[in-house]
Amino acid sequence: MSPATPPPRIELIDLAKTYATPAGETAAVRGVSLRVAPGEVFGIIGESGAGKSTLIRLINLLERPTAGQVLVDGEDIVALAADDLRRLRRRVGMIFQHFNLLSSKTVAQNIAFPLRLEGRITAAQIRVRVAQLLARVGLSDLAGSYPAQLSGGQKQRVGIARALACGPNVLLCDEATSALDPETTGQVLDLLAELNRDLGLTIILITHEMDVVRRICDRVAVLDRGCVVEQGEVVEVFLNAEHPVTRRLLREHVPDAAPALTQGARRVRLTWRGAVSQTPFLSRIAREQRVDFNLEGGRIAQIKGEPYGQLTLTLSGANLEGALAGFAAAGIRIREVAA
Amino acid sequence: MSAILVHIDWPSIAQATLETLAMLGGSLALSIALGLPLGVMLFLTGRGQMFARPLLNGVLSLAINILRSVPFIILLILMMPLTLAMTGTSLGVPGAIPPLVVGAAPFFARLVETALREVDRGVIEAVQAMGARPRQIVLGALLPEALPGILAGATVTAIALVSYTAMAGVVGAGGLGDLAVRFGYQRFQTDVMAVTVILLLVLVQGLQLVGDRLVTHFSRR
Repeated sequence: MSPATPPPRIELIDLAKTYATPAGETAAVRGVSLRVAPGEVFGIIGESGAGKSTLIRLINLLERPTAGQVLVDGEDIVALAADDLRRLRRRVGMIFQHFNLLSSKTVAQNIAFPLRLEGRITAAQIRVRVAQLLARVGLSDLAGSYPAQLSGGQKQRVGIARALACGPNVLLCDEATSALDPETTGQVLDLLAELNRDLGLTIILITHEMDVVRRICDRVAVLDRGCVVEQGEVVEVFLNAEHPVTRRLLREHVPDAAPALTQGARRVRLTWRGAVSQTPFLSRIAREQRVDFNLEGGRIAQIKGEPYGQLTLTLSGANLEGALAGFAAAGIRIREVAA
Repeated sequence: MSAILVHIDWPSIAQATLETLAMLGGSLALSIALGLPLGVMLFLTGRGQMFARPLLNGVLSLAINILRSVPFIILLILMMPLTLAMTGTSLGVPGAIPPLVVGAAPFFARLVETALREVDRGVIEAVQAMGARPRQIVLGALLPEALPGILAGATVTAIALVSYTAMAGVVGAGGLGDLAVRFGYQRFQTDVMAVTVILLLVLVQGLQLVGDRLVTHFSRR
């Protein structure tokens, strides 16, 4: 970490959680260490049973860790007294897969609920704040409705408004879009991205969907059986997925057997991100260096607005070294793929 | 008309109706007042709950089961000395209310516990995550969410109390059930039997109707 990097908003140090079950002890989270910077959108992805739900609940101590530390703005919260922990929880909002709204209360009452817990705020102040929050999530006309009358996407918006009520600087999202259809998922993710941008809200989300990570996360950690197996910038993790779980989550099919290379041909994987995507580098280099290429697989897409691409191709021709030097000069990473 | 209802003494029917209503009203109010906190305690001390206390929960649960397994007629008689100490009499409507409450409150407490268990755990978790105190969780979230179930339980309890009051004649508390036994059954006055039973039926129907209305009103699902 360079000195200019701000101290992490959330830092997990060797965090572990073990449950006692009739069959013995089960470790749900084993020694997870993470740092999440202020204003960052951090994704934790894993398959079901990887320990994601437990991990996110350790961050606001809905689950008590068996070992390790949870630092929020540098303060270890595991040791906090009950009252201090309650105060801390007002700075850390949380939304849930199944929304978890109070069915007996209206939308406005649900959003007012966390505000009422504080006691030092007047009814008039609550009304103003609730109106602001409803406008923020675009539900002003549904203030008097009950959750049962809302669609899933609307319920999650209420959940988000409720989580923001006390002005937290961290939002924990527990599979927040897993119960929603793809279109609604997109709208909710857009709203989260907007809140991140406008309020500088730090967001930690857990999910089993790569698309969620791709769409809004800055960095990602891949969780497998309670351990972080890969982490880093989303683009990097996507483009250099090494761990089988990451590759499975990416639904990256590795061909069973690549066709045999002809004499003198080489198979390489080219990886690039950013502006180079907008240049016709492949045909230019092929023309200049007089090589032929055959595409074997790859993808070209965007992550959080940044274009990236990865192609596996076989090159043949006289000046293969020249072609590879050309790719490198264009800022493209090259990896030789075993024949 | 009068040839069929030859034995009917309307003033005593009215008197009995009032006695039944007095017993029902008094005992229902007290049963709810005692059973609700008892049910909440039973729930909160249960396994995996906010204030899990296995021993306390076990003792509470056993006490409730014991009270619930004593037939009401026996409870009525067993309670006499206690009732005398509490109300100054073991007779009449005041003498019937303590045993009615002891019979119904544990029953209602169980129904409250069941209603609380039906509350979505995720909702409670969300409220915890907001930094609510236990008191705020119980009063602000748990009870309002369980209200329809609790009201349905109160309705069932009220109707059970109606049938309990029929036995309260044993301690001279009167009431419609007592009238049916003494005149309708013991003196073969079938018309008295029929009228009292019809009145009880109307009472039970009325209670169920009001209960159902309240449940519907408070269910926002």
